Amino acid sequence: MIRFSKVNKWYGDYHALIDINAQVAKGEVLVICGPSGSGKSTLIRTINRLEDIQGGSIILGEQDIHAPTLDLNQFRSRVGFVFQQFNLFPHLSVIENICLAPTTVAKKSKIEARSKAMSLLERVGMVHKANAFPQQLSGGQQQRVAIARALAMDPPVMLFDEPTSSLDPEMVGEVLAVMKSLARDGMTMICVTHEMSFAREVADRIWFMDAGAIVEASTPGIFFTAPQQPRAKRFVSDLRAH
Amino acid sequence: MSDHLQFSAIFAAPFGEQLWAGLQVTLWITCASWLLAMSVGTFLAIMRMSGSGACGKVVTAYVAYHQNVPMLVHILLWYFGIASLLPTGIQAWANEHHGEQIFAVMAIGLYMAAYFSEDIRSGLRSIPSGQYEASRSLGLGYLKSMRYVILPQTFRIAMPPFINHTVLLFKNTSLAMAIGVAELTYTVREIENQTYRTFEAFFIATMFYVLVCLVLMVVGAITAHMTRIPTTSK
Amino acid sequence: MIEIIRDYWQVLLIGQYPQGPLGGVLLTLILAIAGLVLSFPISVVLAILRISPFAVLRIPATVVVYTVRSVPLIMLVFWTYFLVPLLVGKSVSGVTTLLCTLVVYQAAYLSEVIRAGIQALPDGQMEGARALGLSYVQTVRKVLLPQAIYNMVPSIISQFVSTIKDTSLGYVISVQELTFAANHVNSQLLTKPFEVFMILALTYFAICFCLTELAHSFEKRVAKKRLGTQPTLSGTTNDTILES
Repeated sequence: MIRFSKVNKWYGDYHALIDINAQVAKGEVLVICGPSGSGKSTLIRTINRLEDIQGGSIILGEQDIHAPTLDLNQFRSRVGFVFQQFNLFPHLSVIENICLAPTTVAKKSKIEARSKAMSLLERVGMVHKANAFPQQLSGGQQQRVAIARALAMDPPVMLFDEPTSSLDPEMVGEVLAVMKSLARDGMTMICVTHEMSFAREVADRIWFMDAGAIVEASTPGIFFTAPQQPRAKRFVSDLRAH
Repeated sequence: MSDHLQFSAIFAAPFGEQLWAGLQVTLWITCASWLLAMSVGTFLAIMRMSGSGACGKVVTAYVAYHQNVPMLVHILLWYFGIASLLPTGIQAWANEHHGEQIFAVMAIGLYMAAYFSEDIRSGLRSIPSGQYEASRSLGLGYLKSMRYVILPQTFRIAMPPFINHTVLLFKNTSLAMAIGVAELTYTVREIENQTYRTFEAFFIATMFYVLVCLVLMVVGAITAHMTRIPTTSK
Repeated sequence: MIEIIRDYWQVLLIGQYPQGPLGGVLLTLILAIAGLVLSFPISVVLAILRISPFAVLRIPATVVVYTVRSVPLIMLVFWTYFLVPLLVGKSVSGVTTLLCTLVVYQAAYLSEVIRAGIQALPDGQMEGARALGLSYVQTVRKVLLPQAIYNMVPSIISQFVSTIKDTSLGYVISVQELTFAANHVNSQLLTKPFEVFMILALTYFAICFCLTELAHSFEKRVAKKRLGTQPTLSGTTNDTILES
């Protein structure tokens, strides 16, 4: 579904992504992990072009996402993105947050958008807060709304950039539960996360990144028990130490 | 020194009508200048945000020039200076049709536009970049992001300085008297000259200014409260 | 334009002196400096009254400040022109009138600047001083004010710029400051009003712009010294409190 071919990115002189060649299949749940500064967030942000690349290509479906004829806004509306900082719109209520893109980008009617929004809120367990404003919600509640907002456009793929890293520990579980149910429903998901429990339970594959390159790519079963690369070995043993 | 205060002398004809006319001129100049200032100020803010270096410099120069030259000097420059550069036909037309009011509106409006654009700019700067990223990620283009996500938040944040500068704009209309605009301060001085009721005349004008300023501040506070972004209730 | 400057620079710089009173840029600066210096003590007192826990002190001070801020400066000038001779018993010159008005006007605005500066200090400052046994007055004098005033130097410079611009109102009451001098030049030349008034505008611009840049550079120094733990006082108060 997603194919990275010789993807390279520089920030000035700093080589942030080094020769990324990899694929993600439809329906696959991929977890990207690694130490900070390894390029995991950068990589996931290239998929919806929040970051641009200087070399190589990224194909989503059959579409080269850097083709000059591409309608960037329509493309982005088909890729769901969940931020570490939630980034809900504070001047809109929860339901307005979810309906904004469907009504203005997909040109759906208000009624259609609202009913879809309500069913999504039910799915993430936030129906009772439909008319609340983001600042009135806890972190975990906000992130669940953010997931619903991303799902409102029926994207074929969902990207998660450290979705639980800003949350207090007791709220991590409710967000992971939503993500797990999405995975079970067959959504194609790419998650940058430190939550290894999620990786172990739901991920089909793991990419371990370090210093801008994918150092090891395997399944959770193999990765957590017998990592191959020395850096990956160190990472996994640090995990066990906690 | 007057023995008794005689407010009735001020309100008697023809001074009563003059006073009323002066009030109207003050209000119309305030509204016209405010509209000019808001449109130009918003335009400047958008220009600055366009990312072009040249646009940014032009706006910075505009703001620096207008904020570092006194309001009165702007008015004099427009009325004496720029008016003299216009073709004689337009000058004649202006003389017939209260040109001094138009020049006053231009001067005050463009002056306050600098302040309004700075208010919008600081409002924009205080919005986290994540807001813009989130709206772009949902597929909203630049204009839609501005319209639905960024600008609504900007105007709410910029509301307090907006109100203060609106009050400032209203007070600045009094300077138009220097070029003969028959607004309230000018009118009151004329009345004072003719009736020698200095205290009463000045008192009326002062009361009006204080009242309108208070009303503006109260209306501003109410508007800010009604459109505020709700904060945490827990 | 160069010819005008060449011919009339003296009038613009120092007015009719020595054939007449001092004027031009010099008078503008003298008025502004005198205004700031004289209004400073008043504004400090007003600021302290405004934050006083005693309503009988706080409310009158608040009323005074709000009233002065709600009246146009030109109106205040006319009031002063009318009231001061009554109070003093004899007629006063335009310069004195303008100076008195500036002092009152700037005192109100400067008091807001100082009040914001004091209130922006961390609560811990007051608490720490009281815990050491200092009285309220001693705390304000020795602990709060020095810090507040240092932090507020950029805003005070901005206020000074504001005062310089306000001196232009001398034009209306025949005080020979810069704007009046420029008008005088124009009434002599008659043929080049745009050039004369442009020179006037650019002169103010040169003076005020340099001072504003000075304020900005001082702001950076204050921010560095205080380790950025304090909010950007000049940033917020400039927007909400200062005028012009």
